[in-house]
Amino acid sequence: MKVTLEVNGAPRTVECSPWKRLLDVLREDLRLTGTKEGCGEGECGACTVVLDGEAVNSCLVAIGQCDTRRVTTVEGLARGEALHAVQRALVACGGAQCGICTPGIAVCAANVVERGLIGDTDDATARARVRELLAGNICRCTGYQLIVDAVIAAAREIEGGAARQAEQRIDPV
Amino acid sequence: MERPRPPVSPVGASVPRVDGVAKVTGRALYLDDLDAASAWHGATVRSQVAHGVLEAIELDPAFDWSAVVVVTAADIWGKNAIVLIEDDQPALVPIGGRVMHRDEALALVAAPTRALAFAAARAVRPRIAPLPAVFDVDEALTGAERLYGATNVFKQFLIRKGHATDAELDAAFAGAAQVIEGTYTTSPQEQMYIEPQAMMADWRDGRCHIVGSMQCPFYVHKAMKALLACGPDGVVITQAVTGGGFGGKEEYPSMIAAHAALLSHKAARAVKIVYDRDEDIAATTKRHPSRTRHRLAVAASGELLAIDIDVVMDGGAYLTLSPVVLSRGVLHAAGPYRCPIVRVRGRVVATNHPPHGAFRGFGAPQTTFAYERQMQKLARRRGEDPLALRKRLALRPGDTTATGQLLQFSVGTDEVIAAIEATAGAPPVRDGVNAQGAPVRRGRGVCFYFHGAGFTGSGEQHLAGRAAVAVASGGFEVRSSSSDMGQGSITIFTQLAAAALGVDPAHVTVIDPSTSRVPDSGPTVASRTAMVVGGLVERAARAVRKKLEAWAAEQNLTGSLVEIARAHAAATQAELVETATYEPPPGIHWDDATYTGSAYPVYGWAACLVDVEVDLDSYEVAITRCVQAVDVGKALNPAIVRGQIEGGTLQALGWAVLENVVYKEGKVANANMTNCIVPTFADAPELETILVEVPYPFGPSGAKGVGEIPMDGPAAAVANAVEDALGCAFDALPISPEAVAQARPRWEVS
Repeated sequence: MKVTLEVNGAPRTVECSPWKRLLDVLREDLRLTGTKEGCGEGECGACTVVLDGEAVNSCLVAIGQCDTRRVTTVEGLARGEALHAVQRALVACGGAQCGICTPGIAVCAANVVERGLIGDTDDATARARVRELLAGNICRCTGYQLIVDAVIAAAREIEGGAARQAEQRIDPV
Repeated sequence: MERPRPPVSPVGASVPRVDGVAKVTGRALYLDDLDAASAWHGATVRSQVAHGVLEAIELDPAFDWSAVVVVTAADIWGKNAIVLIEDDQPALVPIGGRVMHRDEALALVAAPTRALAFAAARAVRPRIAPLPAVFDVDEALTGAERLYGATNVFKQFLIRKGHATDAELDAAFAGAAQVIEGTYTTSPQEQMYIEPQAMMADWRDGRCHIVGSMQCPFYVHKAMKALLACGPDGVVITQAVTGGGFGGKEEYPSMIAAHAALLSHKAARAVKIVYDRDEDIAATTKRHPSRTRHRLAVAASGELLAIDIDVVMDGGAYLTLSPVVLSRGVLHAAGPYRCPIVRVRGRVVATNHPPHGAFRGFGAPQTTFAYERQMQKLARRRGEDPLALRKRLALRPGDTTATGQLLQFSVGTDEVIAAIEATAGAPPVRDGVNAQGAPVRRGRGVCFYFHGAGFTGSGEQHLAGRAAVAVASGGFEVRSSSSDMGQGSITIFTQLAAAALGVDPAHVTVIDPSTSRVPDSGPTVASRTAMVVGGLVERAARAVRKKLEAWAAEQNLTGSLVEIARAHAAATQAELVETATYEPPPGIHWDDATYTGSAYPVYGWAACLVDVEVDLDSYEVAITRCVQAVDVGKALNPAIVRGQIEGGTLQALGWAVLENVVYKEGKVANANMTNCIVPTFADAPELETILVEVPYPFGPSGAKGVGEIPMDGPAAAVANAVEDALGCAFDALPISPEAVAQARPRWEVS
């Protein structure tokens, strides 16, 4: 089967079985090896990608379901050498240790903060929300604490920045 | 050249990980990411019988074998063993040999695709004549089936302090005002690194090149030299970026390396073996399940009179590292408490479970669970505040441990306990409702514990680890066999070398461990990497600096050390490299025959506070608060140290309430991440971490081991908190909803 999809903003066409996992297409056909396989059954989240705006486990998605759809992988988060706010915060806070879960967490967290899902909430609420929204991504190294710190920092930066831009549009000083 | 200003020392600063950007961008290449278009994929044929004799290996005639390579024990030209402490575990069971567990490797296949390799593995039919299997340690100790030697005991230890005969110990118990007695069991625990085990082998220029996910390149090197019957240059082992280890990639990688090497040799091409998660959980090592009987004799004054402990661990089918795990278990079993008379007996026993092995804490979490439950029971019995009791009985400088080691320095007892006292606040209100409206019972638990840093006894002296610093590629290069599996050692080494050289960390590179390019620094285990190997890096860097400064003085050169190094490299042909070799700190004496003396050069000390909320409808234990205060000597990189402590803490909390590997007739019944669960973001409480620094005079900048200690204590703190909440004892891990439900008749009525 021939499948055409948009990966990290670029159109890509692959010819393969419709049953081939999106994870394998990314890693093998497109050589995008940032997306990792940790369990192959949708439990660990290491293979998380964003499919049409929703974070999904790419080990549970067949490529046959992906025709004409948009996929963002970890390789699509940075703009050249300019890291995404979530990536910068993960480095700054020490939220990546062994790093194997990190691409999945970065992709999921970027989706969360870009959609403004943390919101303008107090820290305790924001932390609880991050824990719930990222509960599909398992990290065995960090105890999650420093990752939560990083996602909150990125959310504050992005959502704060968006709020400032909105204010500026409404009420230019 | 301009007179340089010395840069600010990076030691003690939370400098970002040097591999951070590569990891957050997905550019870091783990074994399965390496581009090896021509590599074939390997798969393993496993026994599926727990105990028996391998009579034949047959190939399904209906399967197309034309594009598949099959390897059996008959293909091994060297020693058919995974050489470690002993040589009892074969790489592949030979025809006529004994199958010792359900997931033992019998044959290997390689094929151009992974799917074909797995299909081929299913088409290999071993014929095994079954023998009675043994899964229970008591049955192994008393039954007729012989799995190892004459007794099925892999190793036993006896520690005696303050008494020569059992009669003296009995007399101490007879004279006690109170005796606290309990039996404590702990479950097997899966490391659950998120990157499954992975290895690739390729034969080039007559040498076998093995690259993979591993903690200890020279362990693999040693095993491969025997298996492949070659000299040290006949095989090169290189660590790829490693996605977590926690002990699980300490000894098992030698097995996969052996399999990849054999397949690659026969297939005459590179062969990659990447385990599926179910295979990884089923076949690789786990934390030893244990049973500890613990008796405390206490005087009317509340002082400890005697401690008597009997530890039994299930070693599984082969010896692997079990003697060392047991050693650490018994050496920590009496706990960090003052007591004149101690007896600790320990045995690790052969069964037909897959071999148990290294996992963070390495025997200490099992015995820590027992002694900290005992201290809790003593506090309850005496009506004494649990933390005050620990403070009253804890070891301090001038006291001796169970092995008679006189503690002289870096004993953080008072500091870690004070930190918990200062942050504890009021205990939770016992009865209430949770966010879902269910009735809950709340409780608080504490624990106090220690962990010996580095190898036991004279281990470091025997090993004589080395690390080197060289002038290379326009800067400085650190060469050691310590592997970074996420714990941050390459960043710590960069900081230590940069500080010793007086240069910016940007001028320091830690090269990937490869046995052809780095000296043997010893394995990456035992909370020894920063403390021991970091110390070697610091010394080697100082030696390089001294050489360069002397050379610059001769040449009348001024300038930064980087400029001097570049000038030196341009002016001389020889590479400037300095290697440091381990030297024991003074006053370390250990007697292996009597198990007395300095068991460890220094200890980490920690105290932990846990609040729990037990849901009285669902029986779930929610950990609502967890504070750990850990004496680390010196936090070389506070963010990295915090990450280590928090990661270890959550593994311990998971072990306490939800992690469990379930065996049924020797087979892991829950070999997948759906059923073999570990804590998620939503399960984890906010972790409060307090770094305490009581410097170790012989560690780099005062640092001592931190990797394992956070794993040892929290499970006991959780059990103590659940006991506080429900008023009844929980002496077995995990404290699952099923365990809470079963205890219902024993719950204290509010």
